[in-house]
Amino acid sequence: MTPEMSPVAEEHAGRAPMDLLRFATAGSVDDGKSTLIGRLLLDSKSIFEDQLEAVEATSHSKGYDYTDLALLTDGLRSEREQGITIDVAYRYFATPTRKFIIADTPGHIQYTRNMVTGASTADLGLVLVDARQGLTEQSRRHAVLLSLLRVPHLVLAVNKMDLVDYDESVYEKIHNEFTQFATKLNIPDLEVIPISALKGDNVVTRSEEMPWYHGPTLMHHLEHVHVASDRDLVDVRFPVQFVVRPKSDEFHDYRGYAGQVAGGVIKKGDEVVVLPSGMTSTVEAIDMFDNEIDEAFPPMSVTVRLADDVDVSRGDMIARVNNAPKPSQDIDAMICWMINEPLRPRQKLAIKHTTRMGRALVKDIQYRLDVNTLHRDQDTKELGLNEIGRIQLRTTVPLLCDPYSKNRTTGSFILIDEASGVTVGAGMINSGS
Amino acid sequence: MSAPPTHADYQLSQLDQLEAESIHIFREVAAEFEKPVLMFSGGKDSIVMLRLAEKAFYPAKIPFPVLQVDTGYDFPEVLACRDSWVSRLGVRLVVASVEQAIKDGIVVDDGKTSRNRLQIGTLLNALEEEGFTAAFGGGRRDEEKARAKERVYSHRDEFGQWDPKNQRPELWSLYNGRLHEGEHMRIFPLSNWTELDIWHYLGREGIEIPSIYFAHQRRVFQRDGMWLSESDYNPLRGGETVEERTVRFRTVGDLTLTGCVESEADTIDKIIDEIAIARVTERGATRGDDRFSEAAMEDRKKEGYF
Repeated sequence: MTPEMSPVAEEHAGRAPMDLLRFATAGSVDDGKSTLIGRLLLDSKSIFEDQLEAVEATSHSKGYDYTDLALLTDGLRSEREQGITIDVAYRYFATPTRKFIIADTPGHIQYTRNMVTGASTADLGLVLVDARQGLTEQSRRHAVLLSLLRVPHLVLAVNKMDLVDYDESVYEKIHNEFTQFATKLNIPDLEVIPISALKGDNVVTRSEEMPWYHGPTLMHHLEHVHVASDRDLVDVRFPVQFVVRPKSDEFHDYRGYAGQVAGGVIKKGDEVVVLPSGMTSTVEAIDMFDNEIDEAFPPMSVTVRLADDVDVSRGDMIARVNNAPKPSQDIDAMICWMINEPLRPRQKLAIKHTTRMGRALVKDIQYRLDVNTLHRDQDTKELGLNEIGRIQLRTTVPLLCDPYSKNRTTGSFILIDEASGVTVGAGMINSGS
Repeated sequence: MSAPPTHADYQLSQLDQLEAESIHIFREVAAEFEKPVLMFSGGKDSIVMLRLAEKAFYPAKIPFPVLQVDTGYDFPEVLACRDSWVSRLGVRLVVASVEQAIKDGIVVDDGKTSRNRLQIGTLLNALEEEGFTAAFGGGRRDEEKARAKERVYSHRDEFGQWDPKNQRPELWSLYNGRLHEGEHMRIFPLSNWTELDIWHYLGREGIEIPSIYFAHQRRVFQRDGMWLSESDYNPLRGGETVEERTVRFRTVGDLTLTGCVESEADTIDKIIDEIAIARVTERGATRGDDRFSEAAMEDRKKEGYF
């Protein structure tokens, strides 16, 4: 089963960092988020000399007497001119144990859609608060969105501790207030860390100013937080992306179903059902490039061959006979609306769910969720830009879906405006029937 | 090592996760777009793309052609590597020549504009002529600030332009490939890879890359603080002298602009060690085209660069 390795490959094996953590950051310009990211990049030696020199030169020309680390992450010129971050930016750094992908999202109220976008792929959410300000409406909103997007781990970084004399009681007050608020949300794992991004306290190196704090530094936590168990390894879900048919002499009868495992462990010999047709078969082989493997699990991209000649095409899903999602055309979902023109009942949109495209009719808007107070406004007639609400959809094709709380891949969808082609909404399924 | 997963804990290494994500992207595009094409420079990133495409559709052939923009100033070692890959995989190669585009009046060589910049018009013309609706590019978000906000599916209007303020939100792994007549999509399957990831992957896969990435003897001269290769395309200016050095290239492009660095790294592992302690980004060190202004890349991208 182990493929042949070239001498180069053999010598090379095992040198790359083993693990991956995707995290989303949230906070406003004033919370020092850009400075914190700059600090993580700088202290993990992910900043290059030419980048640092450019930033030092800019800081100097602006008359600062310190190096503005925030400049390291201010991407586009139009943003630099305005001094704000207008879109999700992705940053990369690595330590010997883990590689990190940061989805850096702006914190302003009008940019909820960016936060939702950044959080959709994140294993961990990092919310920043200014120790002097304490929890704000915005930090609560960020926590609500991370919880809604089912980001399994949350870190609240209490920043600017240097400006409150590293006072434990300031940290304790914010810690308690946030913990209390978090009980209303779905946050399986929470860590509250007192830091100073500017001075570097508890970011990568442990602060000498806060001996009262016994928890991990931010970097230590990011490196060690356990994310492997966040996947569903029980319920087999394999959305078919592409049918591989070489039609060559060597592989004349080859017919494989290519896709990325969205849940569970698929094993050779498993009895499976193909949805929505309901036909059953057995897994004859699982191919990963030119070698056969015995089992496949998320997020592997593989090609599955079945023992029987059943009709399978893109958009279908392979699941276990006794554990399959029910095909549903009536969908109950939370939605984040992303364009100026509001969402209204009776509207028709294109929908993409796993590898399946269809059309959807908005049957009803049940309520709008106030992300600051968690109040449900049931009188609402529409959802505006950056608003979140619960809606009912009727789809032209059955969706092979799970609740989002169970599986973030088979529980999510996007809505597309058919005229403009733009992605207008992000949906998280509560249930289908 | 094509990573046999450690089945005991159902964990994938980060490189395997990146590979799986990229393969997913290739398959989505092949399924949803009428006429995709892979933009191939012969550089290490586009070789990783080809490798991933090979894996995504195996044992079938890659279901789209490969497009190369020939600047006329390409390194012969790079063209040789390109030909070797194309013939091994049996894919169709489309060459869009900058020389030809100049002759046809599609782009104007005013003697001041770099070949790299002339590639933009040549490329857009080739995409339009062949009617390609999706073009895979090897861009990575770690390369440069303007790339950090690039989507995996990057929408281009009928002029091939990128509008950074009007990008479609991209959530989960649900990509939106909707297009209007005349528009096309740039696809970046390596978005989440870093330079080190690319090298680790090349090392692991043990696949062919152009020899100029490895340390070799070369006749070079210094210009604007960079070592450039001696070549007929690169006439010496006053005061410049040629000497022989042990060098390697960190990126491959137009040879009149692409500098090399002094290096003894003649294996992938040595290159990785070198990069791990490198203090200058690969573009900052050796790409004349990115040094002209801090926002050089942003401007070229808006116009329709790779």
